Parts: sequence; C-alpha cells; structure tokens
Amino acid sequence: MSPARLQLQNLCKSFGPTKVLADINLSVQPGEFVSVLGPSGAGKSTILHLLTGASSPDAGQMLFDGQPLSRASHRFAFMPQGDALMPWRRIIDNTTLGLEVQGFSREAARAMVAPLFAEFGLAGFENHYPAQLSGGMRQRAALLRTVVQERPMLLLDEPFGALDALTRAQMQRWLATMWTRHRWTVLLITHDVREAVLLSDRIYVLSARPARVAHEFQVPLDHPRQGIGSPALADIEAEILQTLLNPED
Amino acid sequence: MSNSSAAPRLLARFFRHAGPAVASVSALILGWEAYVQLSGISPTALPAPSRIIVQGFEQREALARHSLATLQATTFGFASSLTAAFLFSILIDFFRPLRRALFPVFIITQTLPLVAIAPLIVLWFGFGLTPKIVLVALVTFFPMLVALAQGYEATDRDISALLDSMGASRWRIFVMARLPSALPYFFAGLRISITYAVVGAIFAEYAGAARGLGIYILNAKNNFRPDLVLAAVFVSATLTLLLFGATVLLQRAAMPWTRLTETRP
Repeated sequence: MSPARLQLQNLCKSFGPTKVLADINLSVQPGEFVSVLGPSGAGKSTILHLLTGASSPDAGQMLFDGQPLSRASHRFAFMPQGDALMPWRRIIDNTTLGLEVQGFSREAARAMVAPLFAEFGLAGFENHYPAQLSGGMRQRAALLRTVVQERPMLLLDEPFGALDALTRAQMQRWLATMWTRHRWTVLLITHDVREAVLLSDRIYVLSARPARVAHEFQVPLDHPRQGIGSPALADIEAEILQTLLNPED
Repeated sequence: MSNSSAAPRLLARFFRHAGPAVASVSALILGWEAYVQLSGISPTALPAPSRIIVQGFEQREALARHSLATLQATTFGFASSLTAAFLFSILIDFFRPLRRALFPVFIITQTLPLVAIAPLIVLWFGFGLTPKIVLVALVTFFPMLVALAQGYEATDRDISALLDSMGASRWRIFVMARLPSALPYFFAGLRISITYAVVGAIFAEYAGAARGLGIYILNAKNNFRPDLVLAAVFVSATLTLLLFGATVLLQRAAMPWTRLTETRP
C-alpha cells in the first residue's frame, strides 16, 4: 500500500506550562477530504501551525508521502480563518498571490487564474477590490487563491466561520460540488458538525485540551451531498454531537 | 447625472461642505475690521484686515520671493526627513533591538525647544538652505517614523501567516503586506508633519536667514509694521493649507480602494 499523503504520529505540543496537543494521530489519503472537529480552544489551529511550519512539535512525527515534513517544503496551500484578502489588491491580483510568491510574473500568474474565475462564480469581478464584494464572494476568491497554487494538499482553517448562517450553508454546498469535481486532498479544521459531515470522507473528533483524537468517524456517503434533512447525514451528525457533548462516554 | 447639471451640483456640494468654515472665518474678519474702525486703535498696534490686504498686495513681489524660499526649505527638509524616516522605519522593523536603542534618542530630539535649538543650528550650518533643511527634518522626522512603525504593526496577522505559508521571505512579506498596510498611517503622519514642516522652516529663517518668510516677519516686526507681519502670516497659512490639501489628494490617488463599498451586481 502506498504511504498516506499526510500522516501525523504521536504529535505533542505545549506552550509554556499549557499542554495543548497530548497525542495526535491522524492520516489523510490522496484525494481524501478529512475534517478535524473539536471544541473551541482544543488546539485545532495549533495542528495547522505545526503543518505550515509556523511552530514545531515537541514530540512526534509528521510524514508527507512517507517523508518527514520540513519547514521549507511548502506542500500545503493554506486558507486562513477570515479571507485574508489584501484590501489594496484587486481580486485577480489577490488570487495570484501564491503564484507570485512562487516566482511567476504578475502577467503569467494572471493568465493562469483568469480562466478559473467563471467556475468560482467571480467572472466580471476580476478588477474589483475586495471591499466591493460580498462575504461569500470573498471566500470564493480566497479559495481560488488557495487552489491555484497547485500544492498537493489544501489546509482549510474554519473557512466559512465568519459568514452569516445562510451564506455559510450556500458556501458549504458550493464547496461540496467543487470538491466532487476536483477531488483535492483536503484537511479541514472546523467546529461546525454539519459542515464536517456534509463535506468529509472521514472526521476526527478531538477531545478538550490537551487534545488527542477522541473518535474517528467514517462518512460512507456519495459526493456531493446536497441532502437537506437526509436521514443518513442527520444520523451521523447526531452521533458526532453526542460524542462532543458527552466526552466521557 | 447629465453634464449640464454637473457644475452646479459640484458647486452646491462645495458650499455644503465648506459653507460653515467660510461663514465663521468671514464673521471673524468682519468683526475684526469693525472693531478697528470703531475703536480708532493705532494701525501699529492692530492693523485692520483691509490694511493688511492692501499693504500685503503692494509687497506682493517681496512676499512671493520670500515665500518661494520658505517653500524650498520646507520641501527639501521634508523630503530628506521622509527619506530618513522611511529608511529607519525599515531598519527598526527588521532589527527590533534597534528600536529600543534609537527611540529614546529620537524622543529627546522632540523635547528640544525650537527657540533654543534654531539659533544653534544656524550657528553651525550658516545662513544658507542647510540649517532650514536640518530644522524641518528635526521636527518632522519622528512623527513620520512613528507613523510608519505603527503602520507596519497594523498588518493583518492572517495575511502575514498566509504569505509565510506560501514560502515568502521576510523582505517579500514586508513589501507585499507590511508596506501597503502602513499607507493609512503614513498619510495620517504626512498630514500632521507637513504643517510642522512649514512652521519649522519659518522658525529657522527667523533665527537667521537671507531670504524666507521668517526673516521677512522679523524685519517687518523690527520696522513696526504689524500689517506686514500679518500679511506674511496669512501667506504662510495659505502655503500650509495648500500643502495639506496636496497630501489629501495624494492619499486619494494612492489608495483608491479606501473609498469603495460593496457593489450589487
């Protein structure tokens, strides 16, 4: 069997006297959509910081395609909480950001992203500034900026957390459709159970701090899941909520 | 909006915004004029606005010549101060310990009374342009440095983290994120400093100069001509307002995105 795209083994991390991650074990296969679900302050974002190299683990291993992950490897395209669009750049120049950092000229990068604007529902808004766009469109622009980097894996950190409930639901269904078409390898960090169930193949539920993996759930349903009120989705959602609300079980 | 109605509407907008200011300034001048005419106070003590305008107009060539010198000192001094503040702000942003070492020194320069320091600077640098440039730079450097340093710190953490995850170098993050983030702070500092700059230049000239509004004011005062003193003051105020207006226009041109809101397709 080929190695997992990403494998985290026995990861531990403390900040001073505070133990944040106790023992994290998880893996993501190529083409798989995996979510990490946990209560607020459980250390979800700490896992992302370890992956992006913003901090390093106290113990444990991070393997990418079987190789130890290094600070300089840049295997991930990262989408932070909030859209992190630069207000002074037009939308098209925001989406080319990662390509420009990779060394492409602005013109070459623009030519690469321009054909994708229609698919992301942003056609006609290339030369707008972020302030002129709605929250949903800004998130789509942020996701476009993430995927055009063509990294082997996407890291999404609560991407729809700042949106209103209706827009969030729309964006989740839109992402479900987009993912079914592209089959990116994704690690999604979220505290929204419905979001995780709608999008993921597998879900890791973290315990309260210090975090370890409390449960692992399979979601053996076909993509894209548009099921509003689908009993299969509701069952899994209820089961996960039960785990989160009664951690001692 | 059709073209024929554009001009009157612009004019109407101008009066709606500027109307209160025009009214209060006019009231002040009219009250002043009335007081001087009715009280019969000597023009060498308090000249009437009408006298200031007439005498100032007669002296227009001298005033223009001296204003030009002041403008020159202001722009050269301010340009050198901006350059220095920009370079130091970058140094401080990249080498944090430098901030703790340099800021106390810069703060001390801000506590020096201009009255004491201006004659000394003239003593050291002579009566030419140099002492004016030095004094203007001295009063404007620190406000600009603080504005820039604060602006860099205002960078959105998410944007920095994003660029870092993309593999951008520190210099790249500085140019792509920290520098543009500092623009609003930079322009706020610019608006304040440009008014200090004119005052700084006039002060340096007052301490000793061949040309400039400062030396013009000193001579007018020594000749018991308060009308010409006030005419020069009026010119320097106008000069400051024009420079201030220029920075506002510059900001609008440099930051078009700040005046935008969401458009509904």
